This record gives sequence, C-alpha cells and structure tokens, in this order.
Amino acid sequence: MTSLLERRLLFVTGKGGVGKTTIAAGLAWLLATRGKRVLACEVDAKGDLAAAFELGNVGFDPVEVPGGPFVMSMDTEASLREYLRLQLRIPVIGRIGPLASAFDFVAAAAPGVREILTVGKLCYEVRERRYDAIVVDAAATGHVLGHLTAPQAINDLVKVGLIRSQTDWMLDILNDATTTGVVVVATPEEMPVAETIELVDAIRTTTHVDVAGVVVNRTLPELFGVRDEAVFTAIAAARPGVLDEARFDGVFDAARHATARRRIAAEHVTILRAALPEGLPLVLQPYLFTRAEGRRATRQVATSLAGELS
Amino acid sequence: MTAPSSVRRLVETREILLCCGPGGVGKTTIAASIAMLAATTTPGRVLVLTIDPAKRLADALGLEGIGNDVVRIDDETLAGVGAVPRGELHCAMLDMKRSWDDLIRRHAPDAPTARRILSNPLYQNITGRFVQSHDYIAMERLHELHATGEWDLIVVDTPPTRNALDFLDAPARMEEFFSSRLLRWLIAPARGGLLGLAARPFTQIADRILGTQFLEDITEFFLSLQSMYGGFVERARAVSRLLSDERTSFVVVATPEPTPLREADFFLKELASRRYEVGALVLNRALPSSLALPATEVAAEAMAADAEEISKVAARELDLDVEAATRVLRTAASAAREWSVVARREAAARERMASAAPLVVTVPSLDGEVGDLEGILALSGVLGSAA
Repeated sequence: MTSLLERRLLFVTGKGGVGKTTIAAGLAWLLATRGKRVLACEVDAKGDLAAAFELGNVGFDPVEVPGGPFVMSMDTEASLREYLRLQLRIPVIGRIGPLASAFDFVAAAAPGVREILTVGKLCYEVRERRYDAIVVDAAATGHVLGHLTAPQAINDLVKVGLIRSQTDWMLDILNDATTTGVVVVATPEEMPVAETIELVDAIRTTTHVDVAGVVVNRTLPELFGVRDEAVFTAIAAARPGVLDEARFDGVFDAARHATARRRIAAEHVTILRAALPEGLPLVLQPYLFTRAEGRRATRQVATSLAGELS
Repeated sequence: MTAPSSVRRLVETREILLCCGPGGVGKTTIAASIAMLAATTTPGRVLVLTIDPAKRLADALGLEGIGNDVVRIDDETLAGVGAVPRGELHCAMLDMKRSWDDLIRRHAPDAPTARRILSNPLYQNITGRFVQSHDYIAMERLHELHATGEWDLIVVDTPPTRNALDFLDAPARMEEFFSSRLLRWLIAPARGGLLGLAARPFTQIADRILGTQFLEDITEFFLSLQSMYGGFVERARAVSRLLSDERTSFVVVATPEPTPLREADFFLKELASRRYEVGALVLNRALPSSLALPATEVAAEAMAADAEEISKVAARELDLDVEAATRVLRTAASAAREWSVVARREAAARERMASAAPLVVTVPSLDGEVGDLEGILALSGVLGSAA
C-alpha cells in the first residue's frame, strides 16, 4: 500500500466540525516542509483553509505560503472557464455572465456537473504535474461521495459529448491507489465516529477510490492509570480536611473533566479501530491546548502528523 | 415582536424554533432539549423534528426505523428519567427520500406524471445522492407539519448543509428555478419546436459539452416537473413566509471555539440581513467556568509545588500511598493548567459574542456525551434556568 504521504492527490474529508481543514492544512504543510511543491485546495470556499495559513481572501489563483504550500479556493465557474478554454478551446473571456447562468441551470438540472468541475480541476492539476502533491480540504462526509463519484455518474448519464470523453482520464487518476487517496478525519465522539465508519464503508463499496487513512483529531492523553484514578477519586471525594479550599475547585473540575473526556474518547477510538478494515492506518492527532488555529496550530499538526506517519 | 429574554419565554411565545449553526456543535441535542424544556414547562403539544440524529439519541427518542412518522414519548418514559411533563413531547425524523416522493405525488397533475417523475434516473439522482435537495425538503416538511395545526411548538434541527444558509434560500431557489427563463428555453423545443433565437448559443455550447441525448433526458425530466410549477412555487412562497413569520425564531448553536464561532457569527449577520428573528445564541459544550478563573491557575501552581506536602496529609487521612497521591495531584494540577488555557480562550470568545444576539446562553459540557433522555432533561434544565 502506498503511504499516505506519497500520494499525489489527497482528499481530506470528515463530518463538519471535526477539524478536517486543520488536518488538511497540517498535511499540506508537512509535505511542503519535505521539499514538495504542494497545492492545498479548499472545496467549499468558506475561508477556513486560508485562515489555517493566516492568508486573507484566497481565490481560484493559488497564493504561496512562504515555506509552505500554495493555497487556492475552488470556484466552479472559474473552473468551467478554464476547462472550456483549455480543453474545448471555447473562448469565453468577457462572456461568462450568460454562460454562468446557463451553467448554474445545467448544474442544478444535471447532478454531478458542479462536482465534476471540482474534481476535474483537481485531476487536471495532477495530470499537469505542476505540483508534487495536491491536498484537498474536501467536502464534508455527506457531500464527498458526490465528488468522488461524479466522473462515474457523468459517465453513466451522459452517453456522448465532450464531457463524456473527459471523464475517462479522471477516473484513471481517481481510481489509482498509488496516486489518489482519501483521508477521513474524525474526532473521538459518537457521531463523527459513526459517520467515519459509514463513509469508509461507502467509499469502499461504491467507488474505486482508495481510503488512505483515518485521522482521529483532538485525542487526549491518558491522565491517570487505573490505580491513580482510584487515588484521585478518593482524594476528590474526601477533600474536606485535606484540600478544602475553594480555590482548588477549578483544579479538581479540570482533572475530572479531563478524565471524563479522555474516557469517552478512548471508548470511541476503540469502536472506530474495531470497525475499520484491517491494515488501514489510524492516526491519532492530539488535542492542541495552546492554539486552536492559525499557522502555529497548523505547524503543530504538521509536526505531530510527521511523527505518526513516518 | 422583541426577542424574549430567556429560553423559557422563547418556547412559550413562539410556534417554530429553528436550531441552526455549524456542523458538530450538538444542534440535534439542543433542539431535543429545547423541546423537552417546552414539554416540561408549558402545557403544549411539542414536536421536535430531527434531521439526522446520532443512533443513541434516535434510540432514546424512539425514532429508530420509524421513517417519517411522528412518535410520542409517553409520560411514563419521561417520568422514568425524572421529567415531570406538563405538555406532550413528540418526535419525528426527516426521511428525505420519502418526503420528496410524497411531494411529487401531491403536486403531480395525475398519477402517470407522478410515476414518470419518480422513475426518472435524474430524479433519483437528485433526491438520493445530492444533499442540496435536502435543504428544501426540510423546510417543506416543516411547513406541512405546521399547517396541520396540531402543534403548539415545533423545534427543528436544521440539516447539515455545505453552507449553513442553504436551507434559508432553498424555497427562493426552488421558485427561481421553476420560473427561470433557461428552463423555459430548454423546454420550448419539446413543446413544439418553438426554439427561440436566444436559446441557440446556450443550446449549442451545452450540446457540445453534454451531448444531445443527455440534453433531451434533462428536458424530458423538467417538462414533467414543469407541470407541477404552480404547486411548487406556491408552497415555496408559503415556506418563505413561514420563516419570516413573527411566531418563528432562530436559535443559533455553536461551540465556543474559533471556527464554529466564525461560522455562527456569519450566520447571525445573514439572518439579520434577511430580517429573520434570532431568539438566542447557544454556546454549547463550554468548559466549566471555574477553569477560566485566575485563581484556578494559581491554585494549580500551588498544588503542583506543594504536591508532596499535601499528599502526606492526604495519605495519612485517607490511607493512601504518598507517592501515588503526589503523582495524582501533580497530574491534576497540570491538567488544570492545560484546560484553563482553553477555558480562558473560550471565555474571551464568549465575551466577544456577548452582544451578538439578544440572548446568549452558555451550556457547559456535561460529564459525558448527551445521548439519552436523562442527558436531554439535564440540558433542558440548563437552558431553562438561563436568563
């Protein structure tokens, strides 16, 4: 199995709120620090990926992070324009207005059109080889299958036409496990774990795209061993006379909170591990206490991913 | 109407509460807790409409495998977890596929048209695979339930969307879609070869890209849909009206972390620009407030420094091993230091958001995940006591 870091196209997905952008940014940064020319692309254009690198507004044209990846934001209209110009040699400069509304209509009417422009652009960049690796901050679990299956869906629905002739090479790229991989991000909580198990299964049964790994974000270190936890409980229960000052409330709250969170989290990691196919890498990414976002956090994620993936 | 000063006032005075916000912040749980609060503090019939509940929560609410039906959580079950119901608590789940099929059957002019649409591969693709269509159907179902007049309050958990606002614009988009000139251009030739000049460039390009056969498939599909134009547009307008009705209010849910808050903030602004009422901003899963106190960090440092001394006393009193007690206290102190950093960051974020909504409610993270009726009841207590 080709290691996650050797693939040229990585789709990073996961349930909303699990930090897939953080992981995608960390992966892109890590690959860039290893001397690769990396393109990081945000699919849903919310600006979170740009925030992970502390860039301002990032559009369809990639912006370089010094010492890091190039960052771009997907724009299906710009992708359509590029596609028409480069692939079909239809010049549309200055006439995108009516075409865009036509396109909006077709995109609404024909499922998969919007998706194929996203996936098409990414595959195009893989084929052009201007970058060594492309890390995609992809759509969330509910939508990512639509992207991964778009070329096949178009292939099934559209029998002839230029779009049809374009899907074959995309499928070649997507379905090649040495080139393309999906990274599913979860947090050690009920819903993200359940969605991750479902998604990994759905990708494996409904597509030919390879799942390269699962990252469990915001995992917590074990606070106490079993015996120490009993000691903690005893002290916490019998605080009067020993530590009865109110100022210690916060300390005990924190330790209780940390223990409870860690216990629940560990249960979910166990469930996830048991449900995933054998041999699929499961990477634990620790909770970041000091910084929640920005370059510092991205860098920390890259460092710990490096430790886990090497 | 001015926004109410507490969640209790909100459930007493509104008929529809829409819980919305970024993914993964506990929207479904908050929606269920608001419904629980209403059922335990008002004499009304309350319904919570969930979109995609976690399995444990679905089990707890009795929703597993019931499709689109409404189920009541009976008083005995509620009493079993210590709830004292004053009204009735009902739950429903949104079955996307079935709701779409029902909608088509309702609006189709005749049975053959309905059958033709339901069996069209494009229709199945749209309803089955592409989540964007879910936004509309959730609002549509809300309208349907509200129109029955059976409920005093409906609490809705909004669907996970690419963009948290998609569902707000869904009715308008649906209407726009059906009235679009493009749809008419596309359908025109099939209606008797009246292909207008204006349609030509589009058709030519589309034809080159997509192929004639596919265009014909689309055309046929939308020609069938066109027959339902009137009904669809009328409903879409009714749904839009319902969202801006004074009996409807939005509850924005987030967690006090940077990314969800940024999204919640954006959402609040968009709601305001559409003149929808924001009833409350709920900051869910906040760390215990004691953690953010400066005294806690001082105490943690003192505990770490004096761990051995304290442990000697503790070990004597409690018959513990001094070494183990020292280790435990030092670990607890270091956990407190780590989490107090997070707690202070949360506190700063809460302060920033304090005036973002007329009512900002902080809900502490409970020990453990909320996945059963006890948890829902506990959360409803927190929501009910928030001023």
